[in-house]
Amino acid sequence: MRTAFINTLCELASQDPRIWLLSGDLGYSVLERFFARFPTRYVNVGVAEQNLTGVAAGVASCGHIVFTYSIANFPTIRCLEQIRNDVCYHELPVKIVAVGGGFAYGPQGYTHHGLEDLAVMRALPNMTVLAPGDPVETALATRALVNWPGPCYLRLGKARETVVHQNPPDFAIGRALRLREGRDVTLISTGATLAYTMETAGRLATQHRIEARVVSMPTLKPLDTAAVAAAAHETGGVVTVEEHSIIGGLGSAVAEVLAELAGAHGPFARFGSPDQIRERIGSQAYLRDQDGTLLDLVLVTLKGRAT
Amino acid sequence: MATDNTHTTIPLARRIRARAVRMVHHAKASHIGTCLSMTDLLAVFYHSVLRVEPRRPDWPARDRFVLSKGHGAAALYAVLAERGFFPHAWLDGYCDDGSLLAGHVSRHVPGVDFSTGSLGHGLSLGCGVALAAKRAGQEFRAFVQLSDGECDEGSTWEAVLFAPHHRLDNLVAVIDYNKIQSFGTVKEVLDLEPLADKWRAFGWAVRELDGHDHAQIHAALGAVPFQPGRPSVVIAHTVKGKGVSFMENQLAWHYQSPNDEQLAAALAELGEQA
Ligand SMILES: Cc1ncc(C[n+]2csc(CCOP(=O)(O)OP(=O)(O)O)c2C)c(N)n1
Repeated sequence: MRTAFINTLCELASQDPRIWLLSGDLGYSVLERFFARFPTRYVNVGVAEQNLTGVAAGVASCGHIVFTYSIANFPTIRCLEQIRNDVCYHELPVKIVAVGGGFAYGPQGYTHHGLEDLAVMRALPNMTVLAPGDPVETALATRALVNWPGPCYLRLGKARETVVHQNPPDFAIGRALRLREGRDVTLISTGATLAYTMETAGRLATQHRIEARVVSMPTLKPLDTAAVAAAAHETGGVVTVEEHSIIGGLGSAVAEVLAELAGAHGPFARFGSPDQIRERIGSQAYLRDQDGTLLDLVLVTLKGRAT
Repeated sequence: MATDNTHTTIPLARRIRARAVRMVHHAKASHIGTCLSMTDLLAVFYHSVLRVEPRRPDWPARDRFVLSKGHGAAALYAVLAERGFFPHAWLDGYCDDGSLLAGHVSRHVPGVDFSTGSLGHGLSLGCGVALAAKRAGQEFRAFVQLSDGECDEGSTWEAVLFAPHHRLDNLVAVIDYNKIQSFGTVKEVLDLEPLADKWRAFGWAVRELDGHDHAQIHAALGAVPFQPGRPSVVIAHTVKGKGVSFMENQLAWHYQSPNDEQLAAALAELGEQA
């Protein structure tokens, strides 16, 4: 995803002189291609995320579109008040990019797990929140947020994610993307769990004769509430999928829509990280499936319902 | 005395280096350069300086050691195993599924007081420990191992300002000044010089030394506080990747993990077989 991001950004920067990139001393083997071409629109601010974000706001106030780049929680939670006051309050076009959302840095430990970023960013007024599901969505999201006004947060996986979209989807900020049809349940995924969700949907069909609709939700805010309502009304249940705390992220955002929805709908469940910090670490897949797989959760959720 | 100790800490440092190289090779992990640059400091800390009891890691009167540059976890775990906090065999599972030994320092590992990994937190933690000890009239001390990169963080400098104000002479900071950070040299990214003058101006007692010279390290860490009533800082001039010639002073070895041949070559330089 980070490769899709930087290649797209370089292409956009060659056409749009307003685009700047500020790094928090990260981006080895990724950002070189940007600063080689656009040295006057690049700064490595150092390991100093609060300063990074404040400087970005200052530069943006002078008519530029400024990308800040770091990993895990460093460009978001580490400098939260700079984002809230300097960026959001001033409605400035600062585009925050975090590599390593969710458990992408699994073995590196909890400091490097991005598990609350979506909740925190989503709560900020004026902030748009994007978490693309594969490299294709990443390139499209990068392109879209340049011309989208105001503050944005782009949460990326890391590297070598599976390409899920075989054809370019009809991407727009705020629009859900349907990848698979099915009536028994809808699986809504945000971020890099998309491939995992598609794979689970395949196994539900072949092993359990459950046909799942799969919806990718690359925009967490503004949320495509119509797509959520449609899932609830047209299919037998809704399960959200994310590498994030079950508090505050996609699961919560969808639950908010469902709670206000008129009319009955099927069961609902959230696949995500429970509200706890684990003692033991491991790979991305190991941590993601600690309390059972998505397949298990879907089966439990649909249990007792005619399918 | 110092000379005697170097007879023990020099071989100890060599074993830690070899262990750390094996661990990052096994886990395909980053940060071997980080580990190697502070290994000599760690060896002296855990052999000769820290008052800790491996059989009672939660002994209330223990000195606290904060590895603020938490990405050097492999070397810390190796020295903790050497000191007997947990079996050496645990090191073989570094970063594996279900392991306690995360790639950034985790407090769930016996002997570790503070989880770290986000830079610029450690000195404040040390200030808190030192303040609590002072207020309770207790003897234990706080030692904080910093990197040069995290001297970019504003939070570090908030703590630098705090400690002398509260006369925390039971606090010792050690800077692993290897002159390289994540994405360039310190000079290129954000110059820290004149570093000693900055700490001095904030009210710290400062000593500079060669961070690979065991006699110098023993002498300095055995002499804290350098001045009564002031926190002490050791600016240790080091080489990132020290001890494995092809890893020395190479930014790439902040990230790269040795392949089988590189492992064998590194271990050979450290006097071990793969
Ligand atoms: C707050 C924060 N920002 C960014 C990072 C990512 N990061 C890991 S190591 C590092 C810098 C490495 O250089 P230095 O701190 O000097 O340590 P060294 O490896 O040279 O000992 C960075 C920026 C981090 N861990 N924490």
